[in-house]
Amino acid sequence: MPYIANTEADVREMFKTIGCDSFEQMWEKAQINFPPPSLDSLHSGLSEYEVVRHLNELAARNATQLVNFLGAGYYDHIIPAAVGEITGRSEFYTAYTPYQPEASQGTLQVIYEYQSMICRLTGLFVANASLYDGGTALFEAMMMAGRITRRRQAVISEAVSPIFRRMIECYSSNLDIELIQVPSGTDDSAQQRLMEAITENTACVIVQYPNVFGTIEAWEDVTAHAHAKGALAVCSCYPIALAVLTPPGEMGFDIVTGEGQSIGIPLSFGGPYLGFMATTEKYMRKMPGRICGRTVDLDGKDGFVLTLQTREQHIRRAAAMSNICSNENLCALTALVYLCCMGKQGLIDVAELCAAKAAFARGEILKIDGVKPVGGEAFFNEFVISLPVDAAEVVGKMIDKGFAAGFPLGRYYPDRKNQLLIAVTEKRTREEIKALANALEAVL
Amino acid sequence: MKLIFSISRSGREGSSIPKSDVPEVNAIPQQFRRKKPAELPEVSEQEVIRHFTALSRKNMGVDTNFYPLGSCTMKYNPKFHERIAALPGFAELHPLLPQLRHGGVLTQGALAVIYEAERILSELLGFSACTMQPLAGAHGELTGCMLIAAYHKDCKDEKRKIMLIPDAAHGTNPASAAVAGFETVEIASDSEGNVDLEDLKKHLGPEVAGLMLTCPNTLGLFDRNVKEICRLVHEAGGLCYCDGANFNAIIGRIRPGDLGFDVMHVNLHKTFSTPHGGGGPGSGPVGVAEKLVPYLPVSRVAKRSDGTYALEYDYPDSIGYIAPFYGNFGIILRAYAYMLTLGKEGFRRVSENAVLNANYIRCRLSPYYDQKYDRFSMHECVFSATRQVAKGVHALDIAKALIDRGYHPPTIYFPMIVPEALMIEPTETESKDTIDSFIEAMIEIAQMTETNAEQIQQAPLTTPVKRMDETRAARSPVVADLGCPEM
Amino acid sequence: MKYYSEDHEWVEIHGEEATIGISEYAAKQLGDITYVELPSEDDDFIVGDTLGVVESVKAASDIYSPVSGTVVMINDALEDEPNLINESPEDKGWLCKLTNIDTSELDDMMNADAYEKYLKELS
Repeated sequence: MPYIANTEADVREMFKTIGCDSFEQMWEKAQINFPPPSLDSLHSGLSEYEVVRHLNELAARNATQLVNFLGAGYYDHIIPAAVGEITGRSEFYTAYTPYQPEASQGTLQVIYEYQSMICRLTGLFVANASLYDGGTALFEAMMMAGRITRRRQAVISEAVSPIFRRMIECYSSNLDIELIQVPSGTDDSAQQRLMEAITENTACVIVQYPNVFGTIEAWEDVTAHAHAKGALAVCSCYPIALAVLTPPGEMGFDIVTGEGQSIGIPLSFGGPYLGFMATTEKYMRKMPGRICGRTVDLDGKDGFVLTLQTREQHIRRAAAMSNICSNENLCALTALVYLCCMGKQGLIDVAELCAAKAAFARGEILKIDGVKPVGGEAFFNEFVISLPVDAAEVVGKMIDKGFAAGFPLGRYYPDRKNQLLIAVTEKRTREEIKALANALEAVL
Repeated sequence: MKLIFSISRSGREGSSIPKSDVPEVNAIPQQFRRKKPAELPEVSEQEVIRHFTALSRKNMGVDTNFYPLGSCTMKYNPKFHERIAALPGFAELHPLLPQLRHGGVLTQGALAVIYEAERILSELLGFSACTMQPLAGAHGELTGCMLIAAYHKDCKDEKRKIMLIPDAAHGTNPASAAVAGFETVEIASDSEGNVDLEDLKKHLGPEVAGLMLTCPNTLGLFDRNVKEICRLVHEAGGLCYCDGANFNAIIGRIRPGDLGFDVMHVNLHKTFSTPHGGGGPGSGPVGVAEKLVPYLPVSRVAKRSDGTYALEYDYPDSIGYIAPFYGNFGIILRAYAYMLTLGKEGFRRVSENAVLNANYIRCRLSPYYDQKYDRFSMHECVFSATRQVAKGVHALDIAKALIDRGYHPPTIYFPMIVPEALMIEPTETESKDTIDSFIEAMIEIAQMTETNAEQIQQAPLTTPVKRMDETRAARSPVVADLGCPEM
Repeated sequence: MKYYSEDHEWVEIHGEEATIGISEYAAKQLGDITYVELPSEDDDFIVGDTLGVVESVKAASDIYSPVSGTVVMINDALEDEPNLINESPEDKGWLCKLTNIDTSELDDMMNADAYEKYLKELS
């Protein structure tokens, strides 16, 4: 059998050492005195070739040749081959948590560089080694704000990803937390409503940047208002956009999180992804998740260790900052290598391309009769349009024409049934964008 | 080693990005633009590759060294799994696609993977259903605790706010229970390393929601009272959670559902051979008995009578959405490939050889190292370095000495109820020859403790760095290179 | 006069104020102290409340208020020099001072001799 090295002779010899004649006797010695299960419903083992063939067949039943304008927080960006070369090095992917720093300096320095990169993008002082995904990261940020302020209420904008909000609702259902969801609307008064909802009982206000509709907003007034009420300001952001947008740290956010899929991680049908989190120096010791720190060894040589571990479950148990034990380490490495490959100018170029192509696409699509813009002109690479008919139906027809044309918002916002959220990345060409507009016109 | 930032040179570029084919527009209004670019490194692609290749060489991994890290199941990760996960049909698939009209038919292959993995796992665990959504082991624990809470809520028994957790448990158990809103109460272990039944009985009552029990337990022992424990908890109205971190010890041999457990997580990155990734991503699917099925998270993958797969959402009692989509699909996919390769005969051979290898180590090392619980073990064996401590050599020193000898150390100082613990888990994929060499190294260290303790205390000497000043790291944390002094 | 609790906190009374710290034994058990989380001035505590946390690399230890009272002063020096607790646990490494104390609560605590005896029993 593959992956088991013991020969029959090995087994016989080892049985002698442990004082058994058979595996059944071994189980008895381990105090397991009942028969094995039959497992009849399971198949027999297959060879590598057969498994590969089967999974190739299954992969072929998934459509990836659609021209993709689907985003909603998860984007189809270019990933340089160099990224996979590094993450495919088994010294990285077959290691585990760097508990023994002397045998794990590679992983530890990766985490330190990743943390530094997240700080530089977000404009904050300290980042953790990563969390599961953008949604869990936002929940953790909310819990962290509760610990810091000792308050139990969170004000959250409905322009935060509904995918994240329903996760937060789910996790909060047994906790003594009051979630106040503030309608986003399509007018400019959304920020005003958000501020009115923040009171002396509020632990934090939670927003998204750019928001789920792609809109870019300045948040200084909201963060200042939150601070005046003794609350924290939390945001979830899109890391590619941060190459060109004012960093959230400069707008007064205390905790910045986000989904890191867009920076080098394949869409992979929903995971594994990367939740990132950064905060100010003041709140460092209240942050969940692993943190790598720089220190010296016995000889004074620079090196890295996991640090501030008293925040974590293996020391604090029920009183830990979170129950998280792992990080999304290989995904953090992926993001780090991606950001290195792109570099200072490259990431700006990607962001500018996305924005320019999105602006072009919006212009082309708005030429179609009956299609109207929704929201303002300040958007990054995703925008909302209003169609004369149900957007879900239009998307269905567009799939038949070879396009994933966007995300119909009616699924999460019943009052936006005719609205379509369209994402454009640097991968989309002028021809594809024009073809999208033509196809859209044809199905309307 | 130099940070990537310090090899950066102004104006150097590593990226290759398409030129713009749309009109130049200043799409983003000026007032929203960042005033200074983010200080990402400016390096060539070759420098990136060289930097990270050099870093990779400062790591021990399963592919470079024997890695008997207890409770982590560091088994071999088959290489073809990586190729499958990279197939465009899986890697480039947008998770929102099946939520679009006509989109489900375009993701049949991916939905089939999830459905089939769930089915096989349910059979192996002896449960009615599984959810593949939890994104890690601890996330599975949290999901399980939430299912238990939902069950009691539905039974109008909301006063059940206490989760019982044995003192040998991993820290994630109490932490996960706390995040799910439970109070935790610790249950003592008895002199054999089992749950102390008397202590358990004392704590059972109308406020107990359940018990979280690791099976086999964190000492690497099978608790022969496990069926009785489940019975007692059920009798008191509670539910039994099985922490499946150690499922590798019993896969194909014992189905936790048959023992009386109601809910359980397994770690795909342990038992099902998906890479540990230096600390993740993992995956922690949760299996449940019939009575908890209504509460499983949504969406769920269903198989229709015509053989096609679909996402279903209409489960009014569901706890809701614990993950953005369907779980860590790329990890589930690798685990599915592993399940297909092993097949029904293979699973049991895994547990047989894992337990054999661990007991072989236990028997051969027992003359040299003490055991707090001198019993036949499961897939890992726990020693206590008490004899060595008398000579001034701690578990930590033994771990460091092993590094110098080319072995990744076992887990140390866990479980907390064993002083100076050394927890060794060889897994089934290691050969007797490798294990013999490791045993020789452990014996040599034990002997050296008697004759030359000082040398052990100085280890490691062969590594890129020596022992690190962790106190300094925690006292004055330096946790990022911010690149701009004014911050 | 100094009083000790079973959780290894000490209290020293000067007039209306009680100075609180952890004992030499506790400091030794924790090892190198890396961080101290102190209460804020004006915080009110009743006996047994968690007053703060003392951390080493591998442990975090809650400090339970041995008496009830209101915080009037905290030992700011610990922020930069948590090792004061290792170097001088029962003097320079004090944690905070409380006022509005109820001296009758001291009756439940041990004096230095009794505490020393208690430590012997522990080991």
